[in-house]
Amino acid sequence: MAKVIVVTSGKGGVGKTTSTAALGAALAQRNEKTVVVDFDVGLRNLDLVMGAERRVVYDLVNVIQGDAKLPQALIRDKRLDTLFLLPASQTRDKDSLTPEGVEKVMAELKKHFDWIICDSPAGIERGATLAMRHADIAVIVTNPEVSSVRDSDRIIGLLDAKTERAERGERVEKHLLLTRYDQARAERGDMLKVDDVLEILSIPLVGIVPESTDVLKASNLGAPVTLADSKSAPALAYLDAARRIAGETVPMTIPGEKRGFLGKLFGRRAA
Amino acid sequence: MTKVLTDTRSIRIKGRSFLALVLSPEPPLDAWLTRLDDLASRSAGFFLGRPVVLDVADLEIDRAGLKKLIDELGQRNVRIMGIEGGRPSLFEPGMPPAMKGGRPAPDIEIPAETTAEPVGAAPAKAAVPIVQVEPQATRAISSIVIREPVRSGQSVIFPEGDVTVVGSVASGAEIIAGGSVHIYGTLRGRALAGSVGNASARIFCRRLEAELLAIDGVYKTAEDMAPNLRGQAVQLWLEGDSIMAERLN
Ligand SMILES: Nc1ncnc2c1ncn2[C@@H]1O[C@H](COP(=O)(O)OP(=O)(O)OP(=O)(O)O)[C@@H](O)[C@H]1O
Ligand SMILES: [Mg+2]
Repeated sequence: MAKVIVVTSGKGGVGKTTSTAALGAALAQRNEKTVVVDFDVGLRNLDLVMGAERRVVYDLVNVIQGDAKLPQALIRDKRLDTLFLLPASQTRDKDSLTPEGVEKVMAELKKHFDWIICDSPAGIERGATLAMRHADIAVIVTNPEVSSVRDSDRIIGLLDAKTERAERGERVEKHLLLTRYDQARAERGDMLKVDDVLEILSIPLVGIVPESTDVLKASNLGAPVTLADSKSAPALAYLDAARRIAGETVPMTIPGEKRGFLGKLFGRRAA
Repeated sequence: MTKVLTDTRSIRIKGRSFLALVLSPEPPLDAWLTRLDDLASRSAGFFLGRPVVLDVADLEIDRAGLKKLIDELGQRNVRIMGIEGGRPSLFEPGMPPAMKGGRPAPDIEIPAETTAEPVGAAPAKAAVPIVQVEPQATRAISSIVIREPVRSGQSVIFPEGDVTVVGSVASGAEIIAGGSVHIYGTLRGRALAGSVGNASARIFCRRLEAELLAIDGVYKTAEDMAPNLRGQAVQLWLEGDSIMAERLN
Protein backbone atom coordinates (compact mmCIF):
# COMPACT_ATOMS: atom_id res chain seq x y z
CA MET A 1 0.00 0.00 0.00
CA ALA A 2 1.38 3.38 -1.02
CA LYS A 3 1.89 5.89 1.77
CA VAL A 4 1.71 9.60 1.15
CA ILE A 5 3.95 11.80 3.29
CA VAL A 6 3.74 15.58 3.39
CA VAL A 7 6.78 17.51 4.57
CA THR A 8 5.40 20.76 5.89
CA SER A 9 6.11 23.59 8.35
CA GLY A 10 4.14 26.78 7.86
CA LYS A 11 7.30 28.84 8.24
CA GLY A 12 9.66 29.19 5.31
CA GLY A 13 13.31 28.20 5.13
CA VAL A 14 13.25 25.71 7.99
CA GLY A 15 14.48 22.75 5.92
CA LYS A 16 11.45 21.14 4.22
CA THR A 17 13.11 20.68 0.86
CA THR A 18 16.34 19.45 2.42
CA SER A 19 14.32 16.98 4.51
CA THR A 20 12.17 15.80 1.59
CA ALA A 21 15.24 14.92 -0.43
CA ALA A 22 17.09 13.34 2.49
CA LEU A 23 14.13 11.22 3.64
CA GLY A 24 13.23 10.32 0.06
CA ALA A 25 16.71 8.98 -0.61
CA ALA A 26 16.79 7.18 2.74
CA LEU A 27 13.48 5.42 2.07
CA ALA A 28 14.51 4.56 -1.49
CA GLN A 29 17.69 3.00 -0.13
CA ARG A 30 15.48 0.52 1.70
CA ASN A 31 14.61 -0.70 -1.77
CA GLU A 32 11.16 0.81 -1.61
CA LYS A 33 10.03 2.71 -4.66
CA THR A 34 9.91 6.37 -3.71
CA VAL A 35 8.90 9.57 -5.46
CA VAL A 36 9.53 13.08 -4.16
CA VAL A 37 6.98 15.59 -5.43
CA ASP A 38 7.68 19.32 -5.48
CA PHE A 39 4.54 21.31 -4.63
CA ASP A 40 6.39 24.60 -4.44
CA VAL A 41 5.11 25.84 -7.80
CA GLY A 42 6.89 29.01 -8.85
CA LEU A 43 9.77 28.53 -6.41
CA ARG A 44 10.90 25.03 -7.18
CA ASN A 45 14.00 23.88 -5.36
CA LEU A 46 13.74 20.17 -4.96
CA ASP A 47 15.21 19.55 -8.43
CA LEU A 48 18.34 21.46 -7.39
CA VAL A 49 18.77 19.62 -4.11
CA MET A 50 18.28 16.33 -5.99
CA GLY A 51 20.76 17.42 -8.67
CA ALA A 52 18.19 16.95 -11.45
CA GLU A 53 17.64 20.54 -12.56
CA ARG A 54 19.07 19.96 -16.03
CA ARG A 55 16.86 16.99 -16.65
CA VAL A 56 13.50 18.66 -16.06
CA VAL A 57 11.33 18.59 -19.17
CA TYR A 58 7.77 18.30 -17.91
CA ASP A 59 6.46 19.10 -14.47
CA LEU A 60 3.53 18.63 -12.13
CA VAL A 61 1.53 21.42 -13.72
CA ASN A 62 2.03 19.95 -17.19
CA VAL A 63 0.68 16.65 -15.95
CA ILE A 64 -2.29 18.30 -14.24
CA GLN A 65 -3.12 20.30 -17.33
CA GLY A 66 -2.81 17.24 -19.54
CA ASP A 67 0.18 18.52 -21.52
CA ALA A 68 2.24 15.52 -20.47
CA LYS A 69 1.71 12.03 -19.13
CA LEU A 70 2.96 11.25 -15.65
CA PRO A 71 5.78 8.88 -16.81
CA GLN A 72 7.11 11.66 -19.06
CA ALA A 73 7.42 14.03 -16.11
CA LEU A 74 8.99 11.59 -13.63
CA ILE A 75 12.78 11.81 -13.41
CA ARG A 76 14.66 8.76 -12.20
CA ASP A 77 17.59 9.44 -9.87
CA LYS A 78 21.02 8.68 -11.33
CA ARG A 79 22.33 7.17 -8.09
CA LEU A 80 19.33 5.20 -6.86
CA ASP A 81 17.02 3.52 -9.31
CA THR A 82 14.20 3.32 -6.77
CA LEU A 83 14.13 7.12 -6.37
CA PHE A 84 12.12 9.47 -8.58
CA LEU A 85 11.38 13.18 -8.73
CA LEU A 86 8.21 14.87 -9.93
CA PRO A 87 9.33 18.47 -10.34
CA ALA A 88 7.29 21.63 -9.92
CA SER A 89 6.92 24.28 -12.53
CA GLN A 90 9.08 27.35 -12.11
CA THR A 91 7.11 29.46 -14.56
CA ARG A 92 3.51 28.98 -13.49
CA ASP A 93 1.92 30.32 -10.38
CA LYS A 94 0.32 28.40 -7.56
CA ASP A 95 -3.16 28.76 -9.03
CA SER A 96 -2.34 26.26 -11.74
CA LEU A 97 -2.58 23.52 -9.12
CA THR A 98 -6.21 22.43 -8.93
CA PRO A 99 -7.64 20.11 -6.29
CA GLU A 100 -9.02 17.77 -8.97
CA GLY A 101 -5.72 17.75 -10.83
CA VAL A 102 -3.72 17.00 -7.71
CA GLU A 103 -6.13 14.22 -6.77
CA LYS A 104 -5.72 12.57 -10.17
CA VAL A 105 -1.92 12.72 -10.04
CA MET A 106 -1.82 11.35 -6.49
CA ALA A 107 -4.12 8.48 -7.39
CA GLU A 108 -1.86 7.56 -10.27
CA LEU A 109 1.34 7.86 -8.21
CA LYS A 110 -0.16 5.57 -5.59
CA LYS A 111 -0.39 2.79 -8.17
CA HIS A 112 3.33 2.88 -8.85
CA PHE A 113 5.11 3.86 -5.63
CA ASP A 114 5.54 2.71 -2.04
CA TRP A 115 6.31 6.20 -0.76
CA ILE A 116 5.09 9.51 -2.14
CA ILE A 117 6.76 12.43 -0.39
CA CYS A 118 5.28 15.87 -1.00
CA ASP A 119 7.51 18.89 -0.44
CA SER A 120 5.13 21.62 0.72
CA PRO A 121 5.61 25.30 0.04
CA ALA A 122 5.79 27.57 3.09
CA GLY A 123 2.64 29.26 4.31
CA ILE A 124 -0.87 28.04 4.99
CA GLU A 125 -2.42 28.93 1.64
CA ARG A 126 -3.57 26.83 -1.25
CA GLY A 127 -0.16 25.37 -2.17
CA ALA A 128 0.39 24.11 1.36
CA THR A 129 -3.14 22.78 1.82
CA LEU A 130 -3.02 20.98 -1.53
CA ALA A 131 0.31 19.41 -0.62
CA MET A 132 -1.13 18.03 2.63
CA ARG A 133 -4.53 17.12 1.19
CA HIS A 134 -3.84 13.43 0.49
CA ALA A 135 -1.29 12.77 3.20
CA ASP A 136 -1.34 9.69 5.41
CA ILE A 137 1.72 10.87 7.31
CA ALA A 138 2.93 14.39 8.02
CA VAL A 139 6.50 15.29 8.83
CA ILE A 140 6.38 18.66 10.53
CA VAL A 141 9.72 20.36 10.10
CA THR A 142 10.44 22.74 12.94
CA ASN A 143 13.44 24.81 14.00
CA PRO A 144 13.98 25.30 17.72
CA GLU A 145 12.68 28.86 17.83
CA VAL A 146 9.32 30.29 18.82
CA SER A 147 8.03 31.52 15.47
CA SER A 148 8.74 28.20 13.79
CA VAL A 149 7.09 26.31 16.65
CA ARG A 150 3.98 28.45 16.53
CA ASP A 151 3.68 28.03 12.75
CA SER A 152 4.07 24.29 13.14
CA ASP A 153 1.29 24.30 15.67
CA ARG A 154 -0.91 26.09 13.17
CA ILE A 155 -0.06 23.53 10.51
CA ILE A 156 -0.92 20.66 12.86
CA GLY A 157 -4.36 22.22 13.30
CA LEU A 158 -4.80 22.34 9.53
CA LEU A 159 -3.71 18.72 9.20
CA ASP A 160 -6.56 17.85 11.55
CA ALA A 161 -9.06 19.82 9.50
CA LYS A 162 -8.17 20.20 5.84
CA THR A 163 -6.89 16.80 4.82
CA GLU A 164 -8.88 14.02 3.21
CA ARG A 165 -8.20 11.86 6.23
CA ALA A 166 -9.57 14.50 8.59
CA GLU A 167 -12.68 14.81 6.47
CA ARG A 168 -13.20 11.05 6.68
CA GLY A 169 -12.89 11.34 10.47
CA GLU A 170 -9.45 9.73 10.47
CA ARG A 171 -6.15 11.16 11.59
CA VAL A 172 -3.01 12.02 9.77
CA GLU A 173 -0.04 10.39 11.51
CA LYS A 174 2.14 13.26 12.66
CA HIS A 175 5.88 13.35 13.29
CA LEU A 176 7.97 16.20 14.53
CA LEU A 177 11.30 16.63 12.79
CA LEU A 178 13.44 19.15 14.60
CA THR A 179 16.04 20.56 12.24
CA ARG A 180 18.95 23.00 12.40
CA TYR A 181 19.38 22.04 16.02
CA ASP A 182 22.44 23.48 17.72
CA GLN A 183 23.21 21.88 21.05
CA ALA A 184 25.59 24.62 22.17
CA ARG A 185 23.04 27.35 21.48
CA ALA A 186 20.28 25.38 23.18
CA GLU A 187 22.47 25.07 26.28
CA ARG A 188 23.16 28.79 26.25
CA GLY A 189 19.42 29.39 26.07
CA ASP A 190 19.56 31.03 22.60
CA MET A 191 17.30 28.31 21.25
CA LEU A 192 14.39 26.34 22.53
CA LYS A 193 15.27 23.03 24.08
CA VAL A 194 14.00 19.79 22.59
CA ASP A 195 11.82 19.27 25.61
CA ASP A 196 10.19 22.69 25.30
CA VAL A 197 9.32 22.14 21.65
CA LEU A 198 7.85 18.72 22.42
CA GLU A 199 5.83 20.12 25.28
CA ILE A 200 4.33 22.85 23.11
CA LEU A 201 3.55 20.74 20.06
CA SER A 202 2.77 17.46 21.81
CA ILE A 203 3.33 15.20 18.83
CA PRO A 204 5.90 12.39 18.70
CA LEU A 205 9.45 13.23 17.74
CA VAL A 206 10.86 11.48 14.68
CA GLY A 207 14.33 12.99 14.58
CA ILE A 208 16.68 15.80 15.50
CA VAL A 209 18.86 17.04 12.67
CA PRO A 210 21.83 19.14 13.73
CA GLU A 211 22.79 22.43 12.16
CA SER A 212 25.66 21.43 9.91
CA THR A 213 27.67 22.66 6.96
CA ASP A 214 27.28 19.16 5.49
CA VAL A 215 23.76 20.19 4.42
CA LEU A 216 25.01 23.08 2.33
CA LYS A 217 27.85 20.98 0.92
CA ALA A 218 25.38 18.32 -0.17
CA SER A 219 23.04 20.77 -1.82
CA ASN A 220 25.95 22.35 -3.69
CA LEU A 221 26.79 18.86 -4.95
CA GLY A 222 23.16 18.36 -5.95
CA ALA A 223 22.74 15.33 -3.71
CA PRO A 224 20.39 14.59 -0.84
CA VAL A 225 22.50 14.79 2.32
CA THR A 226 21.84 11.11 3.02
CA LEU A 227 23.53 10.23 -0.28
CA ALA A 228 26.26 12.88 -0.34
CA ASP A 229 27.92 11.66 2.85
CA SER A 230 25.98 8.94 4.60
CA LYS A 231 28.30 9.13 7.64
CA SER A 232 27.75 12.84 8.32
CA ALA A 233 25.74 13.83 11.40
CA PRO A 234 22.71 15.18 9.50
CA ALA A 235 22.68 12.10 7.25
CA LEU A 236 22.67 9.79 10.26
CA ALA A 237 19.79 11.75 11.77
CA TYR A 238 17.77 11.56 8.55
CA LEU A 239 18.52 7.85 8.08
CA ASP A 240 17.24 7.12 11.58
CA ALA A 241 14.18 9.32 11.04
CA ALA A 242 13.35 7.43 7.83
CA ARG A 243 13.55 4.12 9.69
CA ARG A 244 11.15 5.43 12.32
CA ILE A 245 8.73 6.63 9.64
CA ALA A 246 8.90 3.15 8.13
CA GLY A 247 7.82 1.80 11.51
CA GLU A 248 11.10 0.68 13.11
CA THR A 249 11.97 1.52 16.70
CA VAL A 250 15.27 3.34 16.84
CA PRO A 251 16.64 5.02 20.00
CA MET A 252 16.64 8.80 19.80
CA THR A 253 19.75 10.88 20.29
CA ILE A 254 20.27 14.59 20.66
CA PRO A 255 23.10 15.46 18.27
CA GLY A 256 26.13 16.32 20.36
CA GLU A 257 25.00 14.25 23.33
CA LYS A 258 25.49 10.71 24.46
CA ARG A 259 23.39 8.16 22.64
CA GLY A 260 20.13 7.10 24.18
CA PHE A 261 19.73 10.13 26.40
CA LEU A 262 16.44 11.03 24.81
CA GLY A 263 15.08 7.52 24.78
CA LYS A 264 12.42 8.46 27.24
CA LEU A 265 11.17 11.33 25.11
CA PHE A 266 10.80 9.38 21.95
CA GLY A 267 7.38 7.99 21.48
CA ARG A 268 5.78 10.66 23.59
CA ARG A 269 2.28 11.19 22.30
CA ALA A 270 -0.29 13.90 22.20
CA ALA A 271 -2.67 13.99 25.13
CA MET B 1 -13.01 17.08 16.17
CA THR B 2 -16.23 18.72 15.35
CA LYS B 3 -16.12 21.35 18.03
CA VAL B 4 -12.89 22.92 16.97
CA LEU B 5 -13.46 25.54 14.32
CA THR B 6 -10.41 25.92 12.22
CA ASP B 7 -11.80 28.16 9.54
CA THR B 8 -13.20 31.04 11.52
CA ARG B 9 -13.01 33.17 8.42
CA SER B 10 -15.76 31.36 6.60
CA ILE B 11 -18.36 33.06 8.79
CA ARG B 12 -17.55 36.22 10.64
CA ILE B 13 -18.46 35.98 14.28
CA LYS B 14 -17.23 38.58 16.63
CA GLY B 15 -17.57 38.67 20.35
CA ARG B 16 -19.02 42.09 21.02
CA SER B 17 -16.90 43.14 23.95
CA PHE B 18 -16.86 39.40 24.52
CA LEU B 19 -20.49 39.56 25.56
CA ALA B 20 -22.59 38.61 22.58
CA LEU B 21 -21.90 37.03 19.26
CA VAL B 22 -22.18 39.21 16.20
CA LEU B 23 -23.08 37.74 12.86
CA SER B 24 -22.26 39.74 9.74
CA PRO B 25 -23.97 38.16 6.73
CA GLU B 26 -22.29 38.58 3.38
CA PRO B 27 -23.89 38.45 -0.03
CA PRO B 28 -24.97 36.20 -1.63
CA LEU B 29 -27.09 35.30 1.35
CA ASP B 30 -27.93 31.78 0.16
CA ALA B 31 -24.28 30.86 0.11
CA TRP B 32 -23.73 32.53 3.45
CA LEU B 33 -26.57 30.55 5.02
CA THR B 34 -25.08 27.36 3.64
CA ARG B 35 -21.78 28.17 5.32
CA LEU B 36 -23.61 28.99 8.51
CA ASP B 37 -25.30 25.59 8.42
CA ASP B 38 -21.95 23.98 7.86
CA LEU B 39 -20.47 25.84 10.80
CA ALA B 40 -23.43 24.99 13.03
CA SER B 41 -23.21 21.32 12.08
CA ARG B 42 -19.52 21.26 12.90
CA SER B 43 -20.02 22.93 16.26
CA ALA B 44 -22.95 21.15 17.78
CA GLY B 45 -25.36 23.54 19.42
CA PHE B 46 -23.33 26.57 18.56
CA PHE B 47 -26.25 28.92 18.08
CA LEU B 48 -28.92 26.96 19.89
CA GLY B 49 -31.20 29.53 21.44
CA ARG B 50 -28.26 31.88 21.82
CA PRO B 51 -28.63 35.63 21.61
CA VAL B 52 -26.91 36.97 18.54
CA VAL B 53 -26.51 40.47 17.16
CA LEU B 54 -27.05 40.73 13.43
CA ASP B 55 -24.75 43.26 11.81
CA VAL B 56 -26.14 44.45 8.47
CA ALA B 57 -23.97 47.55 8.08
CA ASP B 58 -22.11 46.15 5.07
CA LEU B 59 -25.11 44.45 3.54
CA GLU B 60 -27.29 45.84 0.74
CA ILE B 61 -30.66 44.65 1.92
CA ASP B 62 -34.28 45.87 1.89
CA ARG B 63 -36.98 45.33 4.46
CA ALA B 64 -38.40 42.23 2.77
CA GLY B 65 -34.91 40.78 2.46
CA LEU B 66 -34.16 41.45 6.09
CA LYS B 67 -37.44 39.83 7.17
CA LYS B 68 -36.58 36.77 5.13
CA LEU B 69 -33.09 36.63 6.63
CA ILE B 70 -34.45 36.87 10.19
CA ASP B 71 -36.89 34.13 9.30
CA GLU B 72 -34.14 31.89 7.90
CA LEU B 73 -32.05 32.42 11.02
CA GLY B 74 -35.07 31.75 13.24
CA GLN B 75 -35.55 28.39 11.54
CA ARG B 76 -31.97 27.62 12.50
CA ASN B 77 -32.66 28.45 16.12
CA VAL B 78 -30.60 31.62 15.96
CA ARG B 79 -32.29 34.14 18.20
CA ILE B 80 -31.55 37.67 17.14
CA MET B 81 -31.49 40.06 20.05
CA GLY B 82 -30.78 43.13 17.99
CA ILE B 83 -29.83 44.44 14.58
CA GLU B 84 -26.84 46.66 14.09
CA GLY B 85 -26.01 48.99 11.26
CA GLY B 86 -29.49 49.01 9.70
CA ARG B 87 -31.13 52.14 8.27
CA PRO B 88 -34.26 53.14 10.22
CA SER B 89 -36.39 52.39 7.13
CA LEU B 90 -35.43 48.73 7.39
CA PHE B 91 -37.25 48.18 10.62
CA GLU B 92 -40.87 47.42 11.29
CA PRO B 93 -42.73 46.47 14.43
CA GLY B 94 -42.10 42.92 15.48
CA MET B 95 -38.49 42.92 14.33
CA PRO B 96 -35.59 42.72 16.74
CA PRO B 97 -34.59 46.20 17.93
CA ALA B 98 -31.97 48.36 16.30
CA MET B 99 -28.70 48.44 18.20
CA LYS B 100 -25.58 50.49 18.17
CA GLY B 101 -22.22 49.28 19.36
CA GLY B 102 -23.93 46.45 21.15
CA ARG B 103 -26.42 48.60 23.03
CA PRO B 104 -29.98 49.42 22.04
CA ALA B 105 -29.90 52.42 19.75
CA PRO B 106 -31.94 55.43 20.74
CA ASP B 107 -35.22 55.77 18.93
CA ILE B 108 -34.16 59.11 17.59
CA GLU B 109 -30.76 59.56 16.02
CA ILE B 110 -28.63 61.73 18.25
CA PRO B 111 -25.57 63.41 16.74
CA ALA B 112 -22.60 61.14 16.80
CA GLU B 113 -20.48 62.45 19.71
CA THR B 114 -22.96 61.57 22.39
CA THR B 115 -23.59 58.01 21.33
CA ALA B 116 -20.27 57.00 19.86
CA GLU B 117 -18.00 55.21 22.25
CA PRO B 118 -14.33 56.03 22.03
CA VAL B 119 -12.39 53.34 20.28
CA GLY B 120 -10.35 51.42 22.77
CA ALA B 121 -12.40 52.61 25.73
CA ALA B 122 -11.32 51.29 29.08
CA PRO B 123 -11.93 47.57 28.91
CA ALA B 124 -13.79 47.43 32.18
CA LYS B 125 -16.50 49.69 30.77
CA ALA B 126 -17.39 47.14 28.17
CA ALA B 127 -18.34 44.81 30.93
CA VAL B 128 -21.86 46.19 31.23
CA PRO B 129 -23.87 43.23 30.11
CA ILE B 130 -26.02 43.86 27.11
CA VAL B 131 -27.94 40.69 27.56
CA GLN B 132 -29.22 39.49 30.82
CA VAL B 133 -29.88 35.86 30.23
CA GLU B 134 -32.86 35.08 32.38
CA PRO B 135 -31.97 32.56 34.98
CA GLN B 136 -33.96 29.43 34.52
CA ALA B 137 -33.91 27.30 37.59
CA THR B 138 -34.27 24.03 35.72
CA ARG B 139 -31.79 24.63 32.96
CA ALA B 140 -28.99 22.10 32.95
CA ILE B 141 -25.52 23.55 32.77
CA SER B 142 -23.96 22.38 29.55
CA SER B 143 -20.32 21.83 28.87
CA ILE B 144 -17.99 20.48 26.25
CA VAL B 145 -14.74 18.63 26.62
CA ILE B 146 -11.97 18.96 24.04
CA ARG B 147 -9.67 15.99 24.35
CA GLU B 148 -6.72 17.28 22.40
CA PRO B 149 -4.53 20.34 22.21
CA VAL B 150 -6.12 23.45 20.72
CA ARG B 151 -3.73 24.59 18.02
CA SER B 152 -2.64 28.04 16.94
CA GLY B 153 -5.32 29.62 14.74
CA GLN B 154 -8.17 27.52 16.14
CA SER B 155 -11.08 28.89 18.16
CA VAL B 156 -13.38 26.94 20.38
CA ILE B 157 -16.55 28.96 20.84
CA PHE B 158 -19.16 27.62 23.22
CA PRO B 159 -21.56 30.26 24.53
CA GLU B 160 -23.77 27.67 26.23
CA GLY B 161 -21.49 26.82 29.10
CA ASP B 162 -18.15 25.51 30.27
CA VAL B 163 -15.24 24.45 28.10
CA THR B 164 -12.72 21.91 29.36
CA VAL B 165 -9.57 21.24 27.40
CA VAL B 166 -7.57 18.14 28.19
CA GLY B 167 -4.37 19.43 26.64
CA SER B 168 -2.77 22.79 25.99
CA VAL B 169 -4.10 25.89 24.27
CA ALA B 170 -1.45 27.20 21.90
CA SER B 171 -0.24 30.72 21.38
CA GLY B 172 -2.63 32.15 18.79
CA ALA B 173 -5.54 29.88 19.77
CA GLU B 174 -8.62 30.93 21.72
CA ILE B 175 -11.31 29.49 23.92
CA ILE B 176 -14.52 31.50 24.25
CA ALA B 177 -16.96 30.09 26.77
CA GLY B 178 -20.25 31.32 28.11
CA GLY B 179 -19.29 29.67 31.37
CA SER B 180 -15.94 28.77 32.88
CA VAL B 181 -12.80 27.62 31.10
CA HIS B 182 -10.78 24.69 32.42
CA ILE B 183 -7.44 23.88 30.87
CA TYR B 184 -5.58 20.76 31.89
CA GLY B 185 -2.41 21.81 30.18
CA THR B 186 -0.61 25.04 29.42
CA LEU B 187 -2.70 28.05 28.48
CA ARG B 188 -0.60 30.01 26.00
CA GLY B 189 -3.35 31.57 23.91
CA ARG B 190 -6.51 33.39 24.93
CA ALA B 191 -9.24 32.32 27.29
CA LEU B 192 -12.50 34.25 27.45
CA ALA B 193 -14.88 33.05 30.14
CA GLY B 194 -18.40 34.33 30.83
CA SER B 195 -18.48 35.67 27.30
CA VAL B 196 -22.25 36.20 27.14
CA GLY B 197 -22.39 38.04 30.41
CA ASN B 198 -21.57 35.82 33.35
CA ALA B 199 -19.52 37.46 36.07
CA SER B 200 -19.27 34.28 38.10
CA ALA B 201 -17.41 32.38 35.39
CA ARG B 202 -13.83 31.41 36.16
CA ILE B 203 -10.70 30.39 34.32
CA PHE B 204 -8.58 27.52 35.57
CA CYS B 205 -5.37 26.33 34.03
CA ARG B 206 -2.59 23.97 34.94
CA ARG B 207 0.03 26.36 33.67
CA LEU B 208 -0.48 30.02 32.90
CA GLU B 209 1.36 31.51 29.92
CA ALA B 210 -1.70 33.23 28.47
CA GLU B 211 -1.72 36.01 25.90
CA LEU B 212 -5.11 37.28 27.04
CA LEU B 213 -7.60 36.45 29.76
CA ALA B 214 -11.14 37.79 29.97
CA ILE B 215 -14.06 37.20 32.27
CA ASP B 216 -17.39 38.81 31.47
CA GLY B 217 -15.66 41.32 29.20
CA VAL B 218 -13.04 42.44 31.71
CA TYR B 219 -9.68 41.51 30.38
CA LYS B 220 -6.00 41.29 31.14
CA THR B 221 -3.21 40.95 28.63
CA ALA B 222 0.02 39.08 29.27
CA GLU B 223 1.67 42.35 30.21
CA ASP B 224 -0.84 43.10 32.96
CA MET B 225 -0.39 39.75 34.63
CA ALA B 226 1.66 39.44 37.77
CA PRO B 227 4.95 37.84 36.75
CA ASN B 228 4.88 35.46 39.70
CA LEU B 229 1.79 33.78 38.23
CA ARG B 230 3.53 32.83 35.02
CA GLY B 231 4.12 29.15 34.67
CA GLN B 232 1.90 28.41 37.66
CA ALA B 233 -1.35 26.53 38.11
CA VAL B 234 -3.81 29.36 38.52
CA GLN B 235 -7.47 30.16 38.88
CA LEU B 236 -8.93 33.53 37.95
CA TRP B 237 -12.24 35.11 38.83
CA LEU B 238 -13.93 38.47 38.83
CA GLU B 239 -14.43 40.77 41.79
CA GLY B 240 -16.22 43.89 40.65
CA ASP B 241 -14.22 45.13 37.69
CA SER B 242 -11.00 43.39 38.55
CA ILE B 243 -9.71 40.01 37.62
CA MET B 244 -8.36 38.24 40.67
CA ALA B 245 -5.91 35.38 40.50
CA GLU B 246 -4.58 32.81 42.86
CA ARG B 247 -2.23 29.88 42.59
CA LEU B 248 -3.70 26.42 42.80
CA ASN B 249 -1.73 23.90 44.67
N1 LIG C 1 20.46 21.00 9.22
C1 LIG C 1 20.84 22.09 8.52
N2 LIG C 1 22.03 22.66 8.77
C2 LIG C 1 22.43 23.75 8.06
N3 LIG C 1 21.71 24.33 7.10
C3 LIG C 1 20.50 23.80 6.81
C4 LIG C 1 20.00 22.66 7.50
N4 LIG C 1 18.78 22.37 7.00
C5 LIG C 1 18.54 23.27 6.03
N5 LIG C 1 19.57 24.14 5.91
C6 LIG C 1 19.68 25.26 4.97
O1 LIG C 1 18.58 26.13 5.17
C7 LIG C 1 18.14 26.68 3.95
C8 LIG C 1 16.67 26.40 3.76
O2 LIG C 1 16.47 25.00 3.63
P1 LIG C 1 15.31 24.40 2.73
O3 LIG C 1 15.33 25.00 1.37
O4 LIG C 1 15.37 22.93 2.85
O5 LIG C 1 14.07 24.98 3.54
P2 LIG C 1 12.54 25.00 3.08
O6 LIG C 1 11.77 24.82 4.35
O7 LIG C 1 12.30 24.04 1.99
O8 LIG C 1 12.40 26.48 2.55
P3 LIG C 1 11.15 27.10 1.74
O9 LIG C 1 10.12 27.37 2.79
O10 LIG C 1 11.71 28.32 1.13
O11 LIG C 1 10.71 26.06 0.75
C9 LIG C 1 19.00 26.05 2.86
O12 LIG C 1 20.02 26.95 2.55
C10 LIG C 1 19.56 24.83 3.53
O13 LIG C 1 20.82 24.47 3.00
MG1 LIG D 1 11.41 24.36 0.06
